[in-house]
Amino acid sequence: MAVTVETVEQVQALDKYKYGFVTEIETDTAPKGLGEDIVRFISAKKNEPQWLLDWRLKAYRHWLTMPEPEWAKVQFPPIDYQDAYYYSAPKSPDDAPKSLDEVDPKLLETYEKLGIPLREQEKLAGVAVDAVFDSVSVATTFKKNLEEVGVIFCSISEAVQKHPELVRKYMGSVVPYGDNKHSCLNSAVFTDGSFVYIPKGVRCPMELSTYFRINAENTGQFERTLIIADEGSYVSYLEGCTAPMRDEHQLHAAVVELIALDDAEIKYSTVQNWYPGDEDGKGGIYNFVTKRGACRGRNSKISWTQVETGSAITWKYPSCILQGDNSVGEFYSIAITNNRQQADTGTKMIHLGKNTRSRIIAKGISAGRSDSTYRGLVRISAKAEGARNFTQCDSLLIGDRCGAHTVPYIESKNRNAILEHEATTSRISEDQLFYCRQRGIPEEDAVALVVNGFCREVLQQLPMEFAVEAQKLVGISLEGSVG
Amino acid sequence: MLEIKNLHATVDGKAILKGIDLSIQAGEVHAIMGPNGSGKSTLSYILTGREGYELTEGEILFKGKDLREMEPEERAGEGLFLAFQYPVEIPGVPNTTFLKEALNAIRRYRGEDELDAMQFVKMVREKTKLLGINDEMLKRAVNVGFSGGEKKRNEALQMAVLEPAMAILDETDSGLDIDALKTVANSVNLLRKPENAMLVITHYQRLLEYIVPDRVHVLADGRIQRSGGKELALELEEKGYAEFAGAA
Repeated sequence: MAVTVETVEQVQALDKYKYGFVTEIETDTAPKGLGEDIVRFISAKKNEPQWLLDWRLKAYRHWLTMPEPEWAKVQFPPIDYQDAYYYSAPKSPDDAPKSLDEVDPKLLETYEKLGIPLREQEKLAGVAVDAVFDSVSVATTFKKNLEEVGVIFCSISEAVQKHPELVRKYMGSVVPYGDNKHSCLNSAVFTDGSFVYIPKGVRCPMELSTYFRINAENTGQFERTLIIADEGSYVSYLEGCTAPMRDEHQLHAAVVELIALDDAEIKYSTVQNWYPGDEDGKGGIYNFVTKRGACRGRNSKISWTQVETGSAITWKYPSCILQGDNSVGEFYSIAITNNRQQADTGTKMIHLGKNTRSRIIAKGISAGRSDSTYRGLVRISAKAEGARNFTQCDSLLIGDRCGAHTVPYIESKNRNAILEHEATTSRISEDQLFYCRQRGIPEEDAVALVVNGFCREVLQQLPMEFAVEAQKLVGISLEGSVG
Repeated sequence: MLEIKNLHATVDGKAILKGIDLSIQAGEVHAIMGPNGSGKSTLSYILTGREGYELTEGEILFKGKDLREMEPEERAGEGLFLAFQYPVEIPGVPNTTFLKEALNAIRRYRGEDELDAMQFVKMVREKTKLLGINDEMLKRAVNVGFSGGEKKRNEALQMAVLEPAMAILDETDSGLDIDALKTVANSVNLLRKPENAMLVITHYQRLLEYIVPDRVHVLADGRIQRSGGKELALELEEKGYAEFAGAA
């Protein structure tokens, strides 16, 4: 046992020293509950400058005054904020499973179906082994490639220490601390997250995904991500994982801010597969995320692609503020709900600049007794001459006890704007399933095939390696939804 | 290959098939002709196991195996293929993906190795060449935006790829003009082999000019009223189904 602990400590120390991506190991845990003292405690633990502590406190005080958002079509008992830990030391390896033999076989079955390599399975299941050694060498190569072109990719805590000017300038500039109740809480108590800066004219030489995927530690329930693409740069960032992640926190309130300057482009892809709870929805994660990108510069572009299959409740609206002239915002989404899952997701496209364009393709699939809502806003300001939007929302129902809802809001203050909205709702047909089965394809595979076809436009937006896994995930998420 | 004994079936509680006996050997092509509502399509769905079509009496043996308890995909795995009267559209799923998925599902069922992408493409190209089908059809979504003729040719392509022991052609001629009919019939004839059998279900005789059957059966009011050689089809064409109407 002692050897295992030692190994883990060594690896973590190694990470911390060489690569700085892993959160510092803390020895203590803040007591349960939330208060100014906890906010101060977190800030002190992270050795933060005064301005950041002040910002956190401002957020906390404002949070106290804010009501819970109740407009979304989701239902859950009130959250007891005092009944949670906001800062805890990493779990002792003694509590972690010693090997995959001790991990829930159902979870392993899913990993197997997704084709996740054994080493990664151990990592995802939280097995206390030295599997990280493998990824360290991979990570080193990546890190070196990134440094050569001047890309900064580190934890947000590290960025606060090493690049305070960038953090101070941009953090909260897209999602102000008082934006909504969940983002406000995040601003007060965020523990870690990622920071990316792409310098002028640089095309990031790799998807910021593989590195992240292998190396990301559990950054906890209040993650904060900030990505800045300077003039003429490009980055593709991939968050999340197709494999269901083990996590003991119920409430997740992350904030992601993207900033694209002149001629810059950010492509942000998410695959979200947090634990959805059991068949009755018990124990699942509440995923209340605020994601927003600002196209500050001319000809800039921000593209969100998401595949949402997990969580008991998803509350998420990745949005674009199209400030710069000729800027482009895109939102491609697949939201799959099964059993008792609830998803209220969509986007906001705020057109401010001239000739700004946005495109929304949302595919919702509901099965079991789940409920899926698309909620979107397209707003054209008076000055947004020549703005254009195209929206397409398609819902697919499996079975007769689920729900699909589309709530599009459109506000246009400019007569020259062109807005298009298309929506369809369909049911997976017995004809299609029988046709597939007559060709030898078993029923569950047939459902996966038909649903993948339905989602194709969105899946095509994902980086290649993830598109394949996401396709499998679509099938797995819907297992048990027919028959 | 196929033995049907005293087959009774209902749809929504209504008796449609009322005692069918039929025996088809390897290498044979049988035709079932009959007026609308005689139970032709019900027979094809009972054989392939479609939900909502209930076998109430009798038995079906396919290559000596009892089909009654098998799921539709298991029957397909055993080598039973239905060319649909109205092939179904599956938006967003490329034909080639569909074919590969189906072929490998059947191979898995039989305990054979799945084909990888390279092997599969090579095999499919041979089939499209054999049937004179443009490879462009492989990239299109299954039956989406296909003309009537294209849909039926696509059924023939699926049949060529899956190589079933027995194919049931359900009203393959419906909705086709004479040129399209000839093309589809040609494709089907190319797939005729001594070890395979076919059951051609049709309302009109004209399809049988191109796919020449060994035996013709007249189905009316849920029973086979008469069986004979290919000349029976011509006789029917001349006299119509009138003498069988209300036979029960």
